[in-house]
Amino acid sequence: MNTTVVAQLQRQFQDYIVSLYQQGFLDNQFSELRKLQDEGTPDFVSEVVSLFFDDCSKLIDTMSRSLERPDNVDFKQVDSGVHQLKGSSSSVGARRVKNVCISFKECCHVQNREGCLRCLQQVDYEYKMLKTKLQDLFNLEQQILQAGGTIPQVDIN
Amino acid sequence: MVMETESQFHVLAVDDNRFDRKMIERLLQKSSCQVTTVDSGSKALEFLGLRVDDNDPNALSTSPQIHQEVEINLIITDYCMPGMTGYDLLKKVKESAALRSIPVVIMSSENVPARISRCLEEGAEEFFLKPVKLADLTKLKPHMMKTKLKKESEKPVAIEEEIVVSEKEEASLVIEILPLHQELESEQLEPMLSSNKRKAMEEVISTDRSRPKYNDFTTSV
Repeated sequence: MNTTVVAQLQRQFQDYIVSLYQQGFLDNQFSELRKLQDEGTPDFVSEVVSLFFDDCSKLIDTMSRSLERPDNVDFKQVDSGVHQLKGSSSSVGARRVKNVCISFKECCHVQNREGCLRCLQQVDYEYKMLKTKLQDLFNLEQQILQAGGTIPQVDIN
Repeated sequence: MVMETESQFHVLAVDDNRFDRKMIERLLQKSSCQVTTVDSGSKALEFLGLRVDDNDPNALSTSPQIHQEVEINLIITDYCMPGMTGYDLLKKVKESAALRSIPVVIMSSENVPARISRCLEEGAEEFFLKPVKLADLTKLKPHMMKTKLKKESEKPVAIEEEIVVSEKEEASLVIEILPLHQELESEQLEPMLSSNKRKAMEEVISTDRSRPKYNDFTTSV
């Protein structure tokens, strides 16, 4: 094991994850999620996150269809979708996605179709952005492990 | 203090959302619980051995094929579910003679005080706001231990044989005649003070329907 390489990668990992928190992509709930991962369940976080992104994709599709025709918007359906998205983004620690959902809910309540469409677009953007960021993070983890190192525990508080 | 391996607590988790089920399952596993997840209130009742249209609780309580085979120590359920809500499930459990001793915990992503008090009034032990954290689950142990005690108290035991002085207790303590002292020897109850042991046993054995409120217990886990 090349300890310099491992140390460098670990440093990179640490800096990257800290920046994700600082830029508001992730919040404390993500670290709660990491606590649930252990030697017995080494892929838990990536699995859960993957499930979350799947949900995002499906829900955005459904909501998009509900919002399609201006004269026939099923706001209840949209609200239900946002509610789910808000819940899961909250559980995962996807802070930006969750925040968009809060505004999105408001638009549903006042039946503002335009507002909903904007939020939908934003939610789509945010989840895809987070997806790329987390993919980079998981890649770093894999590199560390392959180089024989361990994933650092990062305390963001 | 020696920890012998105890049989794990078994929790039934109910949530219609696949993602949330995965989360609660992992949280419970990480807290050393055995977990069964179902996606609806009616499936939960089915699993517990209560047929949804069955109105004869007496038959169930003596029937061997109810959940006795799969002993559930706690039910944790989401509040917002289509069809039967978590609140509906809570009511059904508390209305059933066979199931009412199982502690129920409600989870919700919404902080609605009226909702919370309604659930607690109906008999829920705890109300967790989502996202549920690992730290929240430490609150479950005392509730689950209650059911284990109750189950033990329902087994027939010869009282004569049970006068035992625990070596761990100091000599100056009064020898307590407790029917379940052998059970109490297990490390599950070590944290309990002997005065609370008596109180706890009385409360659990009581046939009075009023359940001991969590506040009356001084258990430490």
